[in-house]
Amino acid sequence: MDIIDGLTAWIGLPEWLQSWVHTGSSTLILIVTITVPLMLAVAYLTFAERKLIGYMQARIGPNRVGPRGWLQPIADAVKLMFKEIILPTNANKFLFIIAPILSIGPALAAWAVIPFDDGLVLANVDASLLYILALTSVGVYGVIIAGWASNSKYAFLGAMRSAAQIVSYEIAMGFALVGVLMAAGSLNLHDIVTAQSGNFTDWYIWPLFPLFLVYFISGVAETNRAPFDVAEGESEIVAGFHVEYSGMTFAVFFLAEYANIILISTLTAIMFLGGWHPIWDVAPFNWIPNIVWLLGKIAFFAFFFLWFRATFPRYRYDQIMRLGWKILIPVTLVWIIVMGSAMFLTPYGDFFH
Amino acid sequence: MNFEQLLFFVFSGTLVFAATMVITIRNPVKAALFLVLAFFNAAALWLLLEAEFLAITLVLVYVGAVMVLFLFVVMMLDINLVKLREGFGEYLPIGGLVGVLLLMEMAIILSNDLFGLERMPEPAGHDAAYSNTRELGRLLYTFYVYPFEIAALILVVAIIAAISLTMRKRKTTKHQDPGEQIRVQAKDRLRIIKMPSERRP
Repeated sequence: MDIIDGLTAWIGLPEWLQSWVHTGSSTLILIVTITVPLMLAVAYLTFAERKLIGYMQARIGPNRVGPRGWLQPIADAVKLMFKEIILPTNANKFLFIIAPILSIGPALAAWAVIPFDDGLVLANVDASLLYILALTSVGVYGVIIAGWASNSKYAFLGAMRSAAQIVSYEIAMGFALVGVLMAAGSLNLHDIVTAQSGNFTDWYIWPLFPLFLVYFISGVAETNRAPFDVAEGESEIVAGFHVEYSGMTFAVFFLAEYANIILISTLTAIMFLGGWHPIWDVAPFNWIPNIVWLLGKIAFFAFFFLWFRATFPRYRYDQIMRLGWKILIPVTLVWIIVMGSAMFLTPYGDFFH
Repeated sequence: MNFEQLLFFVFSGTLVFAATMVITIRNPVKAALFLVLAFFNAAALWLLLEAEFLAITLVLVYVGAVMVLFLFVVMMLDINLVKLREGFGEYLPIGGLVGVLLLMEMAIILSNDLFGLERMPEPAGHDAAYSNTRELGRLLYTFYVYPFEIAALILVVAIIAAISLTMRKRKTTKHQDPGEQIRVQAKDRLRIIKMPSERRP
């Protein structure tokens, strides 16, 4: 920071421009310190996925590039960067190129309000839960526009499936978050985490267990991961909405998908598993730094995403719609009513706080 | 001109541009996307007014849900662009009348003593601890609770009416009964026959 301030003063910029440069550059540095580790985590999540699914299927997985295959993600990135981006005939060029950006933009922008530790957050927004909900719902545009701009039947089918699926599961997801904000009494993610401070018994996973299940299932559906991956169902519509994409444009879709996996895992950890709080607030556990606890919880949920993919067969389309509308949404509604009545009509309201 | 004013002009300029493009651009999908851009800029303007709840809800509801369904429908329609532009002259008088009326009403409101700049001073700024969401919720669930509940009831009735008006049972629809699918056993679908081997003819 001081270096940049000194530099702008030395060049002789006017006073107001100096303050702009100061805020701009300090925010930019913070953004980079979040985004670069995130992108690395995404790269190694793809590696973890291939390795883990390999072991689950009794094979070894990638082990050629680097020691035990550890350089595989780097090799993949280099390969994708140097491949040609092919534009399909009669595709809408502008929308075709902008679709992957629309897909990764919200996935990264949501990280602005994620608290990593007490006070360690880029922007402590008051309505951060709403902000997260709004941004995750905007991510669907990348998929829809990609499907339409590709001028391909398979891509279009994938986009249509994805749009219907994401809009339906967003409702269940939103209702699950209503329970969280009722329990915490705040839309601020930092306040939600501090409301769960203490031991693991104070985490919201216990009083909000049905909502936790609904949230995580809808999170898997929102990221278009198996068993909800009808948007790209390989055996039916080749690769779905990104069938026409190649090279870096395809890689950006891939990055967005895995960034969303980590985002959903983080949000689940923050809202239901006490965020950065240790499992037990006594000596050997609270020696470990808070951020390590948060990262451990994120890794725990990210593992579930990979596990699901190796375990469950893909849902049929009508089964997806039935699960979303007829099971998950009624469960959340009933639990919100139970919570509200317990809080205001019975003396057991403390259970939910 | 301070930074806030600059932001205001950027957002409102983009808003007006996007709104104009919505009604002038030929491609319906692009028109819908320009409407999304217009919503985003309106949300940004609300953020400048410290109404963050309304701003984020606008993005959440209109951009995240309504416009997705809009795009969904527009993409599936096979719209004939030439036909769309046919009735321009026919609708011009009534459209023009509506436009002139709107313009007049806006002029009345903006020039009247009731809504002049002296009557409506700039709202006072709030400190950092002020929560727009909390204040809105408090007003909505205490002072305006009956209007709010009545509005909710009307919306529910509208949803049920829309569904019951448009839903028709078709005999050709292949309906699946999940309970029946789960109850099915292997012996219902599969028959294992034991038979002696036969010589090749």
